[in-house]
Amino acid sequence: MLSSFPQISARWIPVWWRNVLVWKKLAGPSFVGNFGEPLFFLLALGYGLGSLIGDMNGLPYLIFLASGIVCSSAMNTATFEGMYAAYTRMAVQETWGGMISAPMNLDDVVLGEIIWIGTKSLISVAAILLVASFMGIIETWTTLWVLPMAFFIGCCFGAMALVVTALSPSYDFFLYYFTLLITPMFLLSGVFFLPDNLHPVIQLIAQLLPLSHAVDIVRPLMTELPLNNLMLHLSVLVFYGVGAYWLAVVLLKKRLLV
Amino acid sequence: MSAVVQARGLTKRYDDKTVVDGIDLTIEAGQCFGLLGPNGAGKTTTLKMLMGNTPISAGDLQVLGLSIPTQAREMRERLGIVPQFDNLDPDFTVSENLRTYGSFFGIKSKVMAERIPSLLEFAALESKADASISALSGGMQRRLTMARALVNDPELIILDEPTTGLDPQARQLIWRRLRDLLSKGKTLVLTTHYMDEAERLCDCIAIIDNGQILVENSPAELIRQHIEPQVVEVYGPNLAAWGHDEAETLADRLELIGETLFCYCEDEKPLLAALDAYPDLNFLHRRANLEDVFLKLTGKELRD
Repeated sequence: MLSSFPQISARWIPVWWRNVLVWKKLAGPSFVGNFGEPLFFLLALGYGLGSLIGDMNGLPYLIFLASGIVCSSAMNTATFEGMYAAYTRMAVQETWGGMISAPMNLDDVVLGEIIWIGTKSLISVAAILLVASFMGIIETWTTLWVLPMAFFIGCCFGAMALVVTALSPSYDFFLYYFTLLITPMFLLSGVFFLPDNLHPVIQLIAQLLPLSHAVDIVRPLMTELPLNNLMLHLSVLVFYGVGAYWLAVVLLKKRLLV
Repeated sequence: MSAVVQARGLTKRYDDKTVVDGIDLTIEAGQCFGLLGPNGAGKTTTLKMLMGNTPISAGDLQVLGLSIPTQAREMRERLGIVPQFDNLDPDFTVSENLRTYGSFFGIKSKVMAERIPSLLEFAALESKADASISALSGGMQRRLTMARALVNDPELIILDEPTTGLDPQARQLIWRRLRDLLSKGKTLVLTTHYMDEAERLCDCIAIIDNGQILVENSPAELIRQHIEPQVVEVYGPNLAAWGHDEAETLADRLELIGETLFCYCEDEKPLLAALDAYPDLNFLHRRANLEDVFLKLTGKELRD
């Protein structure tokens, strides 16, 4: 049945490992991006804008921003990998077509891709935390919990991006998703500022989207702020991630198994 | 002999368009089975159903004794696939491609390391083990795709147009390799647009059009049953006049395709003798082949 929940099996491992092997070959430019971008953001906005802003939510702006950048970087890494890179593997190189000629189902392929995307977000966040620790802005050991969170956030946004990939006729289509969903989320979910002063409707929309919940978990882990409503925030991420996985498998079966 | 593929009333519909229309197929173990037909006849869709990679609209399908699509995953452990378009991994070298593909079958890299030399030998790519895919010619990529389909030592190999776009030397090598596989007892199912290829390789051929099997038999039987044994192809100036005056009475059947008149006959001698009086006309006398059968059964008009 097309709409039943995907079958989970350990067959996702070779899919994930294939992507790890390719990443290892291209790790150089990937690392420059992983380290360079957050470094420039933290330097320019953290010090530059931070000197104008002072404190945010009782935290020095640089520290406030670092936890936000961790989440947005996990999101952006996952979104790029789940759209451009995954689309290339699906439609251009037909890597997935080769996989489903072997004893693998799309359920396994999509799960392997999601776990790979989570891994890539983990790598990029680890790089940011390393940069941040060199800058002396890591304050607490609970920051280590951010690493599994980065993987988790990456899986969630990766699954969502794969839904878009499953629907995309071409690379150009991704701009809709970026412009209409990812960019507003990036700006309104508490990465750069607390959304308290925004219109209540906008605040509500931001609360319905997953990034603000990621920020609400990660910021307390990296600072001394109290971590409230952990289960609620995790549930929202699980809801988006699992729902998107399911939907992506259904849509990809419709697209590829014809 | 046991049937490797058994299809009854196999049907594939897209919305209201029927692409495969209730075909019956029995493919015996150790056979080379050719599926021929014009573009859009339903060949690739049939192959996709055999692989379990598309739902079946109606009918019953068993491949390697397993029900498809419900047991497709188990079946694909014993199946090799050479797709119409190479989908080798451009980020990997030749041997990395084989190793990674083996991992999709759950084959450990230690086991693959033992298999890779013989796979490279099969593909005649021993010296290219560490070459990148972009450094390979079209023929080399095709051979690597074939070797890749053998990583799991499959019993059945499905090849969708294995030699399309290859030069004659590359085709000859692929034919030799396909015969090697047959001599090892593998079953092959292939589609092709090259009738000479089908005639050489296949033990049994099904010609399909509009989703239905028109005929199914050995190439020699198909030629014997459906076409006159001798063919004289005539072309040149004044062809129309000659055709009207002579050919119509001397040939059993005439077909004008483009600017060539195909004269089909049981006995070609009177016709050849008549051609002596027309030195302007060029002609080619040959035995009837599978292409003649194909054109007779599927028509002459262009399909795309």
